[in-house]
Amino acid sequence: MIICIIGFIDVQVQDILRERFCRQQLPDRLEGVEAQHKHLLELLKRTAVHGESNSVLIVGPRGAGKTMLLKCVLRDLLEEKEAQKNLLQVHLNGLLQTDDRIALKEITRQLHLENVVGDKVFGSFAENLAFLLEALKKGDRSSSRPVLFVLDEFDLFAHHKNQTLLYNLFDVSQSAQAPVAVVGITCRLDVLELLEKRVKSRFSHRQIHLLSNPTFPQYLERVRTQLSLPDRFPDQEFCQDWNDGVETLCEDKSVQDVLQKHFNSSKDFHLLSSFILSPASLFPLIYPFFSTSSSISSSSSSPGVTPLLLLPADLLEASRLCFTDSKANMLHGLSILELCLIIAMKHLNDVYEGEPFNLQMVHNEFKKFLQRKSNSMYNFEQPVIMKAFEHLQQLELIRPVDSTAAKTQREYQLMRLMLDHSQIMEALQKYPQCPTDVKQWAMSAFG
Amino acid sequence: MTKMLQHSGYEEERLQRVAELLPCREVQAGMLLSLMGQPQQCSYPSIFIYGHRASGKSHVMQVLLKELELPHATVSCVECVSVALLFEQVLLSFFGCDAASLLPRSPSLSDFVRIYRQHCSQTPAKQTRYIVMEKAELLRDTDANLLPALLRLQELVDDNVTIILLSEIVWDKFRPNTGCFEPLLLHFPDYSKGELQQILSQDKHPSYSAEFYSSYINILLGVFYSVCRDLRELRHLAALNFSKFCEPLAEGKVKETDTHKLWRNIEPHLKKAMQTVYLREVSSLQWEQLQQMEERECGALRGLSAHTHVELPYYSKFLLIAAYLASYNPARTDKRFFLKHHGKIRKTNFLKKNEKTSNHLLGPKPFPLDRLLAIFYSVVDSRVAPTASIFSQISSLVTLQLLTKVSHDDQLDAPKYKCAVSMDFICAISRTVNFEIIKYLYDFL
Repeated sequence: MIICIIGFIDVQVQDILRERFCRQQLPDRLEGVEAQHKHLLELLKRTAVHGESNSVLIVGPRGAGKTMLLKCVLRDLLEEKEAQKNLLQVHLNGLLQTDDRIALKEITRQLHLENVVGDKVFGSFAENLAFLLEALKKGDRSSSRPVLFVLDEFDLFAHHKNQTLLYNLFDVSQSAQAPVAVVGITCRLDVLELLEKRVKSRFSHRQIHLLSNPTFPQYLERVRTQLSLPDRFPDQEFCQDWNDGVETLCEDKSVQDVLQKHFNSSKDFHLLSSFILSPASLFPLIYPFFSTSSSISSSSSSPGVTPLLLLPADLLEASRLCFTDSKANMLHGLSILELCLIIAMKHLNDVYEGEPFNLQMVHNEFKKFLQRKSNSMYNFEQPVIMKAFEHLQQLELIRPVDSTAAKTQREYQLMRLMLDHSQIMEALQKYPQCPTDVKQWAMSAFG
Repeated sequence: MTKMLQHSGYEEERLQRVAELLPCREVQAGMLLSLMGQPQQCSYPSIFIYGHRASGKSHVMQVLLKELELPHATVSCVECVSVALLFEQVLLSFFGCDAASLLPRSPSLSDFVRIYRQHCSQTPAKQTRYIVMEKAELLRDTDANLLPALLRLQELVDDNVTIILLSEIVWDKFRPNTGCFEPLLLHFPDYSKGELQQILSQDKHPSYSAEFYSSYINILLGVFYSVCRDLRELRHLAALNFSKFCEPLAEGKVKETDTHKLWRNIEPHLKKAMQTVYLREVSSLQWEQLQQMEERECGALRGLSAHTHVELPYYSKFLLIAAYLASYNPARTDKRFFLKHHGKIRKTNFLKKNEKTSNHLLGPKPFPLDRLLAIFYSVVDSRVAPTASIFSQISSLVTLQLLTKVSHDDQLDAPKYKCAVSMDFICAISRTVNFEIIKYLYDFL
């Protein structure tokens, strides 16, 4: 029975944590960006309530919380009756609306004006947009309703032909036509450089920067809040235990080292959550998959005690997985012949200082190695070597220098090695049953 | 082994069956299961799985999704020559054919997301939906927006959906210029030699014992393991050559336990297989036929690369030889090779500083038509007039791809060529006309 109950709690914990890490659930209160939040809310309120037109860009690196900020602001904005009744929203994404024709269709659809537009033929884009906004005027109120345009991946809209959409939106927002608010979200700091002059001059040049630069204690605090359970969790006792467990976890020296390493490489919280989610850390604790985890055995032996579900060791393991070089992983699976070719390329790179090579040179280098050994167990014919070489090319470990070399023979096509010295050596250390002479060959300074 | 796959969200028997179907991939299956969580829980937007060919990526995904009966769509990016096919396949497997028929003729990503959202709101997901993309590296060649959009599809369609990308190429080569939503990375390591042996031994022949088959696999791996670790390829080779392995047994020459004799019988055969069937120079059918008639025609068992003999007209042969010489010898040395009274010029005199590497490593160099003809006249033993016949033979050599034209097509007065045949090939050709080409090659002086 007890196991059943624990299982039930487990599921709840999972639900909560998964909701947080996978869904990027909105927090009740934003931390660190209160000023930006206030600014944006003020701005949108002016459009929604007073019918003022505005345009603004939210700029910040990926994972800085731009979308989260906007969503929070919208949530707070819609709490107001007046705004909720009035405001129309149009959400566009640069990834989806890849040209202005599609974007305009999408705008029509999101404003529910398909039947109004019908089969009308429009002369120009501006005319069409003006018609759409005009149509909104004939709503229940005498004045027109405010429209909020959210342009996600704003920089991609700047690549549209003539930037028609941006020009028209900014034009409407600047002149006293229908009240619109244009909010662009982008990760490019140089986004204004992408705008044409006539578009730029119509933009209000209002930018909200989200260049959050958390300190490590803040980062740690964030990890802690992300992991701990909320107060409204049904089982209070368990919740307390869990949160204490998280507390001790965050104070652990080795865990702090790991997090510091992550912090130093990236402050992106998306990446952090993917790291915490990554299978070896959080999940083996909740789901007893890997019988190695000691917490599981303790829980099964004494079912009365609630196990501490997070162990520093698991986080370390997750971090190790996270920081392994994926190319080294791929090198591990190569056949011995392919590995020998890689070593030959490495030597060629050393000798000729990074000049490109072709198959003949690599083969020649490999042959020189074989000649020095009395027993040649690797006696391969040229076509077999060619096949191995092509496999390396397929894996994109080597790349042709110019792609248009259709006219040269395959064995003379110039290639470049896409690996560096340390990656090869590291892979060689881990390679299962690597023959010693191959290892020595790789170590030696001159092929 | 099966103990590893315990999961509160699924029935015990099913997990048992999954574990049986996935030999040597329990750890990966367990990881994936824990990442996927229970069917009704929300899941991470995108997962990127990479590993070598035939390391079980697709297989594990298929078995998990099918056996656990999770809603999924499997799309092979090789099949999807246009994005329309991709969208159609996803909509078809999630919402049936009425959804797929709503797609306009050349759908944009926007259309796809709209239709998805529309249907998704009608039939909200009780379980996580999965979209598996095989050979995801091909997504890079399509529309630049497709990959970043797919990675955050969960956010775009507002549904509990997870994209799983499978590829042989590492994630670093996928990342777009301005970055994108980072998927979870999962590596499927290659099978070790022991694991390969274990898996390959599973498809044993019904009329022979398991140990016998496993010893055969051991021999096969001994020959091929250093070259190829692709499970699928090895399995194919094992199936092709097994009958040969059993031959002495059927004739009653040896017993099953006499491994050494069996090895002596099969090893040269497998080596031959590496030079032909492994390289796809003969088809599997041809290989089987050759195995049967082997006693009579031992020599016939040669691959394409061994066929160095091509019938050419007499002058064409000399033209080709001349082209080869022109491609691989520096123009400065022509005097030494083709003039009667060149005096004593040694190789060291020609040697320039940067010319230590031989031309046979660097590949053929282009040469003008005049030089080709000049060499041709001096190597051919009879007097030949520069007639149209000679020129047409040059162009037919180009058509045969023995020569390649380097200069642009509109350059008529001084076209440039390159010789595109291998050393072995040209040696065979020159033997047929009694010409000792080695004497005329600068690299072999």
